[in-house]
Amino acid sequence: MSWWSDFLANPVIQQKLPTATLETLQMVAVSSLLTALLGLPLGLLLHATAAGGLAPSRIVNSIVGAVVNFGRSLPFLILMIAVIPFTRWVVGTSLGWQAAVVPLTLGAVPFFARLVETSLREVSPGKVEAARVMGSTRIKIARAVLIREALPSVVAGLTVTVIALIGYSAMAGVIGGGGLGALAISYGYQRFDTQVMVACVVVIVVVVQLVQVIGDALARRLDHR
Amino acid sequence: MTEPQIQLRALRKIYPAKGADVVALDGIDLDVPRGAIHGIVGRSGAGKSTLIRCLTLLERPTSGTVTIDGQELSGLPEAKLRSARRRIGMVFQHVNLLDSRTIAGNVAYPLEIAGVPRAQRASRVAELLELVGLADRADAYPAELSGGQMQRVGIARALATEPAVLLCDEPTSALDSATTRQILGLIRDLRDRLGITVLIITHEMAVVREICDSVTLLGHGKVVEHGALGDVVGKYGSHLARELIPVPDLPLGVERSLVEVAYSTDDVATHVVLAAVAALGTDAEIAAGTIETLAGRRVGRLQIDLPDDRVEEALSRLHSAGVHAEVTR
Ligand SMILES: Nc1ncnc2c1ncn2[C@@H]1O[C@H](COP(=O)(O)OP(=O)(O)O)[C@@H](O)[C@H]1O
Ligand SMILES: [Mg+2]
Repeated sequence: MSWWSDFLANPVIQQKLPTATLETLQMVAVSSLLTALLGLPLGLLLHATAAGGLAPSRIVNSIVGAVVNFGRSLPFLILMIAVIPFTRWVVGTSLGWQAAVVPLTLGAVPFFARLVETSLREVSPGKVEAARVMGSTRIKIARAVLIREALPSVVAGLTVTVIALIGYSAMAGVIGGGGLGALAISYGYQRFDTQVMVACVVVIVVVVQLVQVIGDALARRLDHR
Repeated sequence: MTEPQIQLRALRKIYPAKGADVVALDGIDLDVPRGAIHGIVGRSGAGKSTLIRCLTLLERPTSGTVTIDGQELSGLPEAKLRSARRRIGMVFQHVNLLDSRTIAGNVAYPLEIAGVPRAQRASRVAELLELVGLADRADAYPAELSGGQMQRVGIARALATEPAVLLCDEPTSALDSATTRQILGLIRDLRDRLGITVLIITHEMAVVREICDSVTLLGHGKVVEHGALGDVVGKYGSHLARELIPVPDLPLGVERSLVEVAYSTDDVATHVVLAAVAALGTDAEIAAGTIETLAGRRVGRLQIDLPDDRVEEALSRLHSAGVHAEVTR
């Protein structure tokens, strides 16, 4: 078991792994929360303004659609570098996990918004029509019918998005975002410390598994079909 | 004579399209009296769905008026329309229950929209579920119910805000025949108890026969035939009468014809008709026939298979016996 005791005795793993893990978790948690808060209304807007939606508008739909597609087509690495001035303006610095939240959120919102739109499209138009005949307003229909009925599927989409964010968060480490990505680069890549590399991979795999299990359980609880 | 609960005047709906516009409704006039069950039938594309969508103003009519329970809906702005719609209950073919809510939650939903306080909501929901015989399933989810039970919930939900009229769009088309009969029985029972006015859209003549007091046949956006059920079945040659009391299609030998005979026992007794047929002799045969009682009226329809050269004589004998007779093939 000498490999194992070596592994645990590795000063980088002892001192830096916990901090890096915490940074990654904070980075992912905050950007996931912001993505959910911004992506849900954006997805709703995409769905509502489409033909046959609650408030069809071809102009709004094509403008929002184009912006979303633009955001989705940018590779994350490029987006991250391109928004550095914006990040500085918002956070005050372009370094640290707080700064990484900005590009992570900007990258994930369009992705999640499309997933939300797809989920909302699966809600049968008959349910919306029934609510309209009952005299409901469109805003109430959006909340009580569209979003509530699509919730299990939206939660599944959010799970996919959070897992994608975990992947991107490692990339954010490359340009000073900190977290497990930064640790893996500076020790695993630049100093060939395999133990650190393995530790980073294990932590990330565990976190991804946990997110998936929790997401699946939540979606199942919400789904009564 | 009270004013009709549902009144349509010169209702037109035109869908603009590239090339020729689609005239989905072409000047519909319709009156449904309070407490009546009225059926709307017609082929696919006749305009039935458009008619019901215009009735709820989900679709704005191009011209004409929709008046329900004395209130003209067609002129109302959106906000007023929302509260006016509470006077309309609607039942859908696919029920359209919310999967995320329990049965009780689904029935409570229109009450929430109407702003009914929570305590009142709970007692009203219990009352409604009792009314449709599902009091014991209040906490179940729609996915746990059978098709017939789901439609009962749909009916309870439609009645929640005590509407004056119940609009049903193909309410039994997704159900088997035994369940169809139960649901139709429930609708009739509710009409009898609550005095609600019912409009049913259907493509099934069995539905019309089972519960309708009156019926309208739509074709190409126009009213083709209209009337009380008893009167309509008495218009022997009409499309609706044929569909309501059908006789089977028959194979026919060479140089032979089919004469269709229709009568009501209000006018001619069956034995008189049979005697007139018997008088045609042995080469005229009753090949198919049906005698039924519909809307309190006993109606018979017979197909007589006879040689071509006897047709003239048969028609004159039958006409003088006072029955409707025509060559159908
Ligand atoms: N939203 C629409 N846009 C254009 N045409 C429509 C629309 N809805 C219905 N129509 C047309 O109106 C006619 C009547 O349709 P519909 O009311 O659905 O008939 P039914 O319910 O009797 O089958 C059809 O020719 C149909 O193609
Ligand atoms: Mg239809």
